[in-house]
Amino acid sequence: MHQLWLIPALPFAGFLINGIFGRRLSRPVVNATAIGSVLLAFLWVVNTLLQLGSLEQPYVERYFSWIASGTLNIGFDFAVDRLSAVMLLVVTGIGALIHIYSIGYMSHEGGYYRFFAYMNLFMFFMLTLVLGANYLVLFVGWEGVGLCSYLLIGFYFVKKSATNAGIKAFVVNRIGDFGFSLAMFLIVVQFGTLDFQQVFAKAAGFSTEKGAGMVTAICLLLLVGATGKSAQVPLYVWLPDAMEGPTPVSALIHAATMVTAGVYMVARSATLFTRAPIAMDAVATIGLITAVLAATIGLAQNDIKKVFAYSTVSQLGYMFLGLGCGAFSAGIFHLMTHAFFKALLFLGAGSVIHALSGEQDLRNMGGLRKKIPVTFAVLLCASVAIAGVPPFSGFFSKDAILVAAYAHAPWMYWVGVITAGMTAFYVFRAIFLCFFGEYRGQAHPHESPLVMTAPLGILAVLSLAGGYINVPKFLEPVFGELHEAHDESLVYISVAAGLIGIAFAWLFYVLKPGLADSIANALGGVYRLVLNKYYVDEAYDAAIVSPLVDGSRTVLWRGVDAGLIDGIVDGTGTTARGIGGVLRHLQSGYIRRYAAWVLVGSILVIVAVSFAGGLK
Amino acid sequence: MELPLSLPTAVPLSWFLILSAILFMLGIAGFLLRRNIITVFMSIELMLNAVNLTFVTFSYRLKQVDGHIFSFFVMVVAAAEAAVGLAIILTVYKNRSTLEIDEVSSMKL
Repeated sequence: MHQLWLIPALPFAGFLINGIFGRRLSRPVVNATAIGSVLLAFLWVVNTLLQLGSLEQPYVERYFSWIASGTLNIGFDFAVDRLSAVMLLVVTGIGALIHIYSIGYMSHEGGYYRFFAYMNLFMFFMLTLVLGANYLVLFVGWEGVGLCSYLLIGFYFVKKSATNAGIKAFVVNRIGDFGFSLAMFLIVVQFGTLDFQQVFAKAAGFSTEKGAGMVTAICLLLLVGATGKSAQVPLYVWLPDAMEGPTPVSALIHAATMVTAGVYMVARSATLFTRAPIAMDAVATIGLITAVLAATIGLAQNDIKKVFAYSTVSQLGYMFLGLGCGAFSAGIFHLMTHAFFKALLFLGAGSVIHALSGEQDLRNMGGLRKKIPVTFAVLLCASVAIAGVPPFSGFFSKDAILVAAYAHAPWMYWVGVITAGMTAFYVFRAIFLCFFGEYRGQAHPHESPLVMTAPLGILAVLSLAGGYINVPKFLEPVFGELHEAHDESLVYISVAAGLIGIAFAWLFYVLKPGLADSIANALGGVYRLVLNKYYVDEAYDAAIVSPLVDGSRTVLWRGVDAGLIDGIVDGTGTTARGIGGVLRHLQSGYIRRYAAWVLVGSILVIVAVSFAGGLK
Repeated sequence: MELPLSLPTAVPLSWFLILSAILFMLGIAGFLLRRNIITVFMSIELMLNAVNLTFVTFSYRLKQVDGHIFSFFVMVVAAAEAAVGLAIILTVYKNRSTLEIDEVSSMKL
């Protein structure tokens, strides 16, 4: 036994201590509990992985039988294989860095202990999700991270927009979870178990034709779940709004870890997906649409966090594209590098926001290069990584995905390349608007403390060098051998797209600052369409939310609740009162009247008995 | 079971019943028409005794003691009722200085 349960249990203990006693504990104790628990979890992960060695086969720990009903037996089991090893390291490693960063970022905020309690709870659920050895344990973590996401988006609960964003995230995720639940039911029906190893062993016996309908249905429903959690079209709308939460939350939950749960889940179910080509195409198509759509929206956003939020959606689309093209290891590789540079982008943005005392609008920034040089340097590292400039991390993973896309369908590669160009453009647009030109704001910028810049530095190193960790090679025992069909020219084209994007950003926002506005004016309607995010929120509002709210208000509330149910309840009362109002007159208190009633009553009884033929 | 005693045969059985009915009706009339509590109370006693007479009559006619036993029960109950009832009437009079039955129509003073 390697005591895998300790990994999630440590943050959970931190959550309990900070959640129950946090109000009375001093800040150093809260910090020590929150960060200590996550750091210990990270060290325990490292220790366990070192002891487990090469992990060619999954290592499973079975704790107890959770649900036993008929032939169905679902255990509370944890497992580690190479896939979850990557996830564990990313989650605990980046989680620990972001916890440390939060000490600095949250130092002026209220609800300090509450923030860390939620963060620890999130770590607990995320690690449960990654460690779960069957779909149900995964689902427990899946739901738990959704809860923590909701709690942390709505962290500033006095702000109406923040609570609304929290509710939106929660509700949209429920749609995906509904699909995931149905998928689990179908898996139980088809395979009679939820255990990963057993399900995949049975599925491996299936050919593409035999039982294809069922497997396709399962995979499509799993995909519905993944689109909710990983913010894919059509359920991506919650993620940009989720930026209402504190910036470390955006970095940890809505960029690096939780939103990649869908990618992890699809990769985990690779055995099923490879037997459902239709579902694979659906994954790739949805990923590609998401990547393009979000990238175009990102071009026109003015809020620095919104830019990175749409970038996250777009990059998640990339991961799905990789998965859908059968390059599961490339998808996970991009998941890891993305966790590095996107966490860094968000934390760097947080550092900028912190320096400007809460300013998030790019139009009120500018010229910060000299004032906050460390933040500038690390953000630049993250930007070259995401733009796919060789030899930094994003280049390797994005390249792996694009090569797989070309092997799957060349047009997907070309769309992916254009998206890569747009990605480079909007990220550098944000950088140039923020750090170059004249300062356009009122606040007095100051560099962040060491407790914030140190994690930024570590992440910067990871963003630059993370590509040399050969994740696809490491994952070969999980996803099978890679078919290397490397075409050099493909690589040059995608790199060129990234560099052209950067060049355009330099041209528009540094060399000729007026050019962007004149182009925006020239495009007119198209620009407004993109600026307003294609009116997707408005369309959902009109098509789903408004009918639901209005229907609930008129039919369910006024009609069923106020009319029918209240009517029945009130009716019972009024009827009883009406009858009582009549019968009350019998109870006059005049004894002789009672006697008269007794007389009338006995006469009636005698008459009735006589008519019935007398007593027998 | 044979009764050792026999009544004069000149008085037919129906007379007893008619007398009983008359007494009972008088009781009812008294209860409904008189307003003095004591009179009402006496009317109740009258009705009880009318019923007693019926019991005894049928008991004699059917040659069974059940009716006799019941009439004793009724007497016992009537005695107890008289004791309690008179006590109540006394208390009512003390508190309200009236024996008018319609004045006593509410529990509260």
